[in-house]
Amino acid sequence: MSKELIRLKDVSMKFDGDTILDNINLYFNDKEFLTLLGPSGCGKTTTLRIVGGFLVPTSGDVLFDGVRINDVPPNKRQVNTVFQKYALFPHLNVFDNIAFGLRIQKVAKPEITKRVQEMLEVVSLKGFDHRSVTSLSGGQQQRVAIARALVNNPKVLLLDEPLGALDMRLRKDMQQELKRIQREMEITFIYVTHDQEEALAMSDTVVVMDGGRIQQIGTPKDIYNEPKNAFVADFIGESNIVDGIMRSDGVVEIFNRKFRCLDSGFAPDEAVDVVIRPEDVDIVPESEGQLKGTVTQVTFKGMQYDIIVDFYGFKWLIQTTDFCPEGSKIGIKIDPDGFHVMKKSHYSGMFGDYSSYSEEYDEISDAESEAEE
Amino acid sequence: MSGAKSRRTAVLLGPYSVWAALFILVPLFFVAYYAFTDNSFNFTLDNILKFFTEQSRETGSRIYLDIFFRSLKLAVISTVICLLMGYPLAYIMTRAGERAQKIMMVLIMIPMWMNFLIRTYAWMTILQDTGILNGFIQSLGLQPIHIIGTESAVVVGMVYDYLPYMVLPIYSVMAKMDYKLVEAARDLGCNGLQVLRRVILPLSIPGILNGVTMVLIPSISTFYISQKLGNGKFFLIGDAIEGQYVSNNLHFAAAMAFILMVILLAAMALIKYLTGRREYEGGAKA
Ligand SMILES: Nc1ncnc2c1ncn2[C@@H]1O[C@H](COP(=O)(O)OP(=O)(O)OP(=O)(O)O)[C@@H](O)[C@H]1O
Ligand SMILES: [Mg+2]
Repeated sequence: MSKELIRLKDVSMKFDGDTILDNINLYFNDKEFLTLLGPSGCGKTTTLRIVGGFLVPTSGDVLFDGVRINDVPPNKRQVNTVFQKYALFPHLNVFDNIAFGLRIQKVAKPEITKRVQEMLEVVSLKGFDHRSVTSLSGGQQQRVAIARALVNNPKVLLLDEPLGALDMRLRKDMQQELKRIQREMEITFIYVTHDQEEALAMSDTVVVMDGGRIQQIGTPKDIYNEPKNAFVADFIGESNIVDGIMRSDGVVEIFNRKFRCLDSGFAPDEAVDVVIRPEDVDIVPESEGQLKGTVTQVTFKGMQYDIIVDFYGFKWLIQTTDFCPEGSKIGIKIDPDGFHVMKKSHYSGMFGDYSSYSEEYDEISDAESEAEE
Repeated sequence: MSGAKSRRTAVLLGPYSVWAALFILVPLFFVAYYAFTDNSFNFTLDNILKFFTEQSRETGSRIYLDIFFRSLKLAVISTVICLLMGYPLAYIMTRAGERAQKIMMVLIMIPMWMNFLIRTYAWMTILQDTGILNGFIQSLGLQPIHIIGTESAVVVGMVYDYLPYMVLPIYSVMAKMDYKLVEAARDLGCNGLQVLRRVILPLSIPGILNGVTMVLIPSISTFYISQKLGNGKFFLIGDAIEGQYVSNNLHFAAAMAFILMVILLAAMALIKYLTGRREYEGGAKA
């Protein structure tokens, strides 16, 4: 795409002897929308704080335009941050919050007024200049925080779960708006979220992290279609992950049956993880199926049914528009491009089984992660 | 329901109201009563007027007004010194680790557990011409200084006594402050000094006002410290009230106390009025 702006080189971070970031290697391109995605506690904020200059890595280098900036304090970096909980100045009104950075830079008064007004327009808060920030709604505060950072024309904007506190509807609107702002102002966005949908919808590049390590870097499509390991496959969207054996290039065996696939480059008879996305499975009459199973649970999801199907004791999630009653026997067909074969990793066997699936599953885990914050 | 609730509130407030009446209103009433009466309890303004008009026979200066202004001067000096020392101290405390914070807190509180007479005597032995301070200075090969019996000595004693009342309110406001605000300021280009001036200072104003009030009021009515550390040369308004009281001049003592109280109340009301407009919702309110 465009040229590299920031690079993290062999960056590790330890707190009290605990390794929180383990040898991170990552570069951020100019004008790119890059998202750090991962579960709570995986080190996203820590990575962002290293880029912002609030933390100095225990080892490794932070490079900006090729220059090492490990010890450059935040106020001397061409980077601005939108904090996880906004951190607006409660003693200043909306205008003064946004003007804060410009006043520090000693920008002339008329210019400050002009730029703040422009920003208020960009974030759709025209006429809010004199409102106290504590009287604003969450979404409005959030937009003030964005304006306060953007008005300084940073090269890079760091955003730490900026939409975390907003309701679903507002979240979707703000996603669009952020994307628009990023395109119009041509700024590099480094965006942190633990919401995979948000990451896929907004980013040019997604960096999936877990346990202080980068699991995969790629475009949203790459990450979804070609997950590198069971963790990524499970974290991004829904996945059935089963043990398989790569018999030869283009032939994978699961449940003792050989299937044609598009993957290659594995050793003959190498044990692998096989990902089958719920929407890549076709339901056919039992007699015509490549695999046969029993429907054990049906959930109506509006656009489609989520059904849980038991294949030889292993439960799959399948999304279908055909209604299959609970208890019915069905057959399935999977096209070669419906298989995605991955090397075994230490995540193998930990994900991708829907035995404990319940329709509330997602909501419960969401609520939990919010309560933790 | 709201009727029941307000009745409940009234019942709960009952004991407090009695307490407040007994220990606050009744004494206040007697102070005012004595201030405006003569020895046979007839109404008079003489005591009040005496405070403003009584002149020294030798110099012609107004005795009590002079004492009042001297008290005010020393109190303001002490308050300013307490603020200059207490503010950084409070800031350092909030930035220290949890353990260090607790230890510092205890160190600040310990002197408050000691009787203030004892504290004052301790300072006498330190500040005397042949005291600990001069012993130390001489051991460095320097000339001894004469400090006991000067206004400086009185200020030292007052600062020592009242410093905790400055530190604690400022600390409590600062400790509640969101550290992310400091990071946000750094992020927006502030160096350390600018962070202090543009974020920490404005947000700790409620604490500063509390601290100033809590130091200024007791220090303006200080007595005894001035007698001991000032060698009795610097009569303060507190000493004057005590002196009149001890010599059984209750009505004039009450008049002085009453005037002092009115002035302090007016000052507090003014501070409240000036700062009330600056208050913001949320954030670090005292
Ligand atoms: N200053 C610190 N001292 C000690 N441990 C820390 C510190 N900061 C972060 N950690 C630890 O580092 C780990 C990663 O924290 P981090 O805030 O980067 O996670 P995150 O990915 O942003 O999570 P979340 O999605 O919950 O915000 C956590 O286990 C956290 O407890
Ligand atoms: Mg975080």
